[in-house]
Amino acid sequence: MTSDMTTRTPLPPDAATAEKRSPLRALVRWESALVLVLIATLIFGSATSDHFLQVTNVFYIGLNMGEIAIMALPLMLIIITAEIDLSVASMMGLSGAVLGALFSAGWSVWAAMGVALLVGLAGGALNGLLVTRLKLPSIAVTIGTLALFRGIAEIVLAPRTVTGFPLSLTNIGAVPIQGTEIAWSTLIFLVLAVIAGVVLHATPLGRAIVATGWQPEAAQFSGIRVNRLKFWLFVLSGVLCAFAGILFTLKNASVSYDAGTGLELNVVAIVLFGGVSIFGGKGSVIGVVLSVVVVGCLQQVLTQLNVAPEIQNIVIGGLLLISVIIPNGREALRRIRARARRSSNSTQRKALG
Amino acid sequence: MTTVTAPRFARTGSLLRVRELGIGVAILVVFGITTFTNPAFASANSVQQLLTGAALIALLGVGETMVVVTRNVDLSVGSVVGFSAYLVGDLFAHHPGLPVPLGFLIGIAIGAAIGAINGIVTTVSRVPSLVVTLAMLYIVRGIDGMVVNGHTIDPDKIPTALTAVGYRTLVGIPWLAVIVALVVVVAGYAMRSFRASRDLYAIGSNPEAATLAGIPAGRRVFTAFTLSGALAGLAGVLFLALHAQIDVTGGTGYELTVISAVVVGGVAIFGGSGTVLGAALGALLLNTINQALVAARISAFWDEAIAGALLLATIAFDRWLSLRMARSLRSAEGAHRDV
Amino acid sequence: MTTQPLLVLERATKSFGPVKALLDAEITLFPGEAHALVGENGAGKSTLVKILAGVHQPDSGALLIDGEPTVFTGPGAARDAGVSIIYQEPTLFPDLTVAENIYIGRQPLRAGRRIDRAAMNKAAAELFARLGVRLDPERQARGLSVADQQIVEIAKALSLDKAQSLNARVLVIDEPTAALTTVEVQRLFEVMRTLRTQGAAVLFISHRLEEVFASCQRVTIMRDGQFVRSASIDEVSVDEIIRSMVGRELSALFPKTETEPGEVVLAVDGLGRDKVLRDISFTVRRGEIVALAGLVGAGRSEVARAIFGIDKRTSGSVRINGTELANGKPLDAMAAGVALVPEDRRQQGLVMELGIDRNLALASLARLRRFGLIRRRDERALTRDWAQRLQVKFGRLGNAVATLSGGNQQKVVLGKWLARDPSLLIIDEPTRGIDVGTKSEVHRILDELVGKGMAVLMISSELPEVLGMADRVLVMHEGRISAEFDRADATEDAIMRAATGQASEAAA
Repeated sequence: MTSDMTTRTPLPPDAATAEKRSPLRALVRWESALVLVLIATLIFGSATSDHFLQVTNVFYIGLNMGEIAIMALPLMLIIITAEIDLSVASMMGLSGAVLGALFSAGWSVWAAMGVALLVGLAGGALNGLLVTRLKLPSIAVTIGTLALFRGIAEIVLAPRTVTGFPLSLTNIGAVPIQGTEIAWSTLIFLVLAVIAGVVLHATPLGRAIVATGWQPEAAQFSGIRVNRLKFWLFVLSGVLCAFAGILFTLKNASVSYDAGTGLELNVVAIVLFGGVSIFGGKGSVIGVVLSVVVVGCLQQVLTQLNVAPEIQNIVIGGLLLISVIIPNGREALRRIRARARRSSNSTQRKALG
Repeated sequence: MTTVTAPRFARTGSLLRVRELGIGVAILVVFGITTFTNPAFASANSVQQLLTGAALIALLGVGETMVVVTRNVDLSVGSVVGFSAYLVGDLFAHHPGLPVPLGFLIGIAIGAAIGAINGIVTTVSRVPSLVVTLAMLYIVRGIDGMVVNGHTIDPDKIPTALTAVGYRTLVGIPWLAVIVALVVVVAGYAMRSFRASRDLYAIGSNPEAATLAGIPAGRRVFTAFTLSGALAGLAGVLFLALHAQIDVTGGTGYELTVISAVVVGGVAIFGGSGTVLGAALGALLLNTINQALVAARISAFWDEAIAGALLLATIAFDRWLSLRMARSLRSAEGAHRDV
Repeated sequence: MTTQPLLVLERATKSFGPVKALLDAEITLFPGEAHALVGENGAGKSTLVKILAGVHQPDSGALLIDGEPTVFTGPGAARDAGVSIIYQEPTLFPDLTVAENIYIGRQPLRAGRRIDRAAMNKAAAELFARLGVRLDPERQARGLSVADQQIVEIAKALSLDKAQSLNARVLVIDEPTAALTTVEVQRLFEVMRTLRTQGAAVLFISHRLEEVFASCQRVTIMRDGQFVRSASIDEVSVDEIIRSMVGRELSALFPKTETEPGEVVLAVDGLGRDKVLRDISFTVRRGEIVALAGLVGAGRSEVARAIFGIDKRTSGSVRINGTELANGKPLDAMAAGVALVPEDRRQQGLVMELGIDRNLALASLARLRRFGLIRRRDERALTRDWAQRLQVKFGRLGNAVATLSGGNQQKVVLGKWLARDPSLLIIDEPTRGIDVGTKSEVHRILDELVGKGMAVLMISSELPEVLGMADRVLVMHEGRISAEFDRADATEDAIMRAATGQASEAAA
């Protein structure tokens, strides 16, 4: 119980073994459920608005979801190793703030971006060191850096709003890739998702991530350097969140210190809704990609119905709750049934004896 | 050395008191230094601001402490504050004759109901409370948005008897601080003095041992969440009293400040130890630092970074302390064995 | 003796699946006696304790309390009957005070249902006074030594007695002294004496025979889940007890063929770690099985962990085929050809939720990689090959290893490491918790490997296994190697003596 997530209630052994039966099949089922939800959303969306199925919506949905989706990928890997990073949105804001501050101080936009990425690297390394060296629970550490990163962003940039980035760059927020309806951030996300999928599902590194999440000790006894692995995942998360911050800044063609405040919740929700287990070990890139698409479409539908953004929160929160309660609820049900079976068995035995 | 095991470490009580004393000293140091450079900081007005500004976070810290000692966390408190404040404000706006105490009760009831949902979902489905209360943060804020629907409740709609709580003082102490201090004292006493509240500490200290000892962990955790919700509901009404107006953003982001205050105040994030007094003092320390920055003309933009750094420093320090303690123990045992 | 026994357990049997943990266990406890229960690891002592604790119910047999047949439906029932268990590793609440640990959920109350702290502390102080120990009831439990934690548990057991009259009647103390210093052991004996004079029966489970003789009046010896004999302590000698504990014919389960050992593969020199391991030096050669025997907690697994690099050593060196291993780096050990089949299969050996194939491949991923990707075809070939070679019985290779029997799980761990073609195999408790059939299969596999020139370091608590399989036997006692035997000289008596610290001078 040292680096363990303190807020996680461990599954009882019998429930855990029941879940172990067929992780693959359970995953497939979750993903097919996501496909069904997606279809339902599409039908609902086109029924309520004639504009919903237009191709330009692909662009807008991609634009809306891009940064969140990019941040979801490293977070997915971190959660699979049974840790968590709640500082993602603050790092995104900090990166944007650094970019804005340096740019307004006369730096070239490219150099400013480079520094922003370095800041992401440093922030991720800070998280990683605190978690792996000091063995602090990642939830406490990243709640702390959530405040810290945002605070530094505030120091660096507030109360200014920086604009005037080169049009050639800010165009990524207004113009799709030539000849398509795909936003640049969508393309970047897809490329990163493919890389993440290959790494997670087809390389030794991916196997190490999964094994670490299920059984860190067994991973260590198999020669996996668990601490080093977690450290670099936190660094990766820092860098990609900083990258998302750059995209976000360019997309909006302006930046203030509070960009993306609260987005960590969306990112966590998307990862868990994608079927990644909060207890670690289980999750697939396809699930997370589907989750991104579903949430993006859902938000688009709600926006077209003029539902206020705060109210859309209910949907996000609901999805989050559903995605943790359903798997656990199944377990609870199984436990109860198993207990009933056991007690009926023992009464039978008594009756026979 | 025949049969004696000399207490190698301070007793629990004094250990905790040491922590609270430490925060008290830290508050005084910050206060002293700032007063030295800017004497106005010690004016009655300024001190009143210190207390008022810390009051809501301290109050929320009391509830959060109850939850955190059981190895759980409640992230929904900020949303509950906003929701309770708006509903009660709306009630006063539509029913001008409504007695103020009834408003308090309704606010508390709303909070308790949300807390109860947190508690049920966490204990029955065994979902980590981090996720449950994160979802509730969203959902409550969303429902709040639906109810508020872009409106703001104006100061003139809120009974003066209520807003008076926000600015009147009792022998120089803001009423808000008096109320919160009362809650802290009562809750602090209760957390020491009842079997059920000691169970909370036991659950967080060693969950398996708690089960073996026959402690009804589920019921206790449920109660802790309900109380945390109820106190957040109360904080909502006080928020209304303090600001005399409310829109959809009320209480946003409070959860992080509260957790920082609680952890800085010595409540172990791994559960099992910490006091509500410590949490309240933690809130006061955070606010004192914030105000000191303002007084020292350092931009208020430093607030959040300092809160975050303080939180990180505290958990790192606590870990270092426990590691050192474990090491000194081990070497002490080793020395024994060598004899 | 004409006194009515406090507790009698007769002809108790208990099976876990195919494993018979207790065949015919028996124990009788009289008031006012300290009674020792001795036996090898796996003799069934723990199962017997768990039956007395109400954790397990015997499959057959009778339990009499004060002559009345009784059934313990759960730990609560045992407690109500006055039977309390002090486990080796106490479960306290580190953040609460000592007094609260004793009275949690039952704190004395005063007006308004408030906890009466003064009364609680006083009651705890009285308990300690009657036990003859000095412990501050108001201090935090965190930081208490194991000995003090046990005292707190004993006090808790006494306080559970409804009349508060200190006649908790049966106190079972399960291997309490493993973690205690001499002074602390003496104090524990004082406490046991106090309890006895107050009419309680103490069942004392220990590996250390000198302590048994120092503190107990009667002794019951168990072997292979069976009652061997009970005797008054004055009637038996250490030799007799040891002979009764181990006396058994070597079974034919162990097919070790004689091999000619080759050059040195593993050379450990002066290995030490904190206070856990001291000055461990030995070698293992090609084609040789060296067994590391000793009692649980003697430091055998720690040796394995230090060699493999899970724990950092604080002194000494480890060489494989002449090259020194980096300290604390399992990858380095693996690259040098070391494989470790760990003690705890479920936590350390396997990722229980993952498939047989994934587990088999987990240590060989670097070899299955091309252009950074795992070649699925090679992985399938490798895993199928090893599953078949070791005759793992499974439905599909993708099934989670949690669905396999213990024996088949152990084969998967073995296969995972053999797939790397190691030059040194360290195997910790090779056959713990697996059925007899698979047991002999594992032994046959080990024999085969050694025949092909592998060096094997085997840690085992089962003496027949040690005697049957090992070419040489190293015995550990309290973090040191206390004796070394060749296959020809190794006997159960001699090993048991060295393991219990009886013969450490003689061997040194």
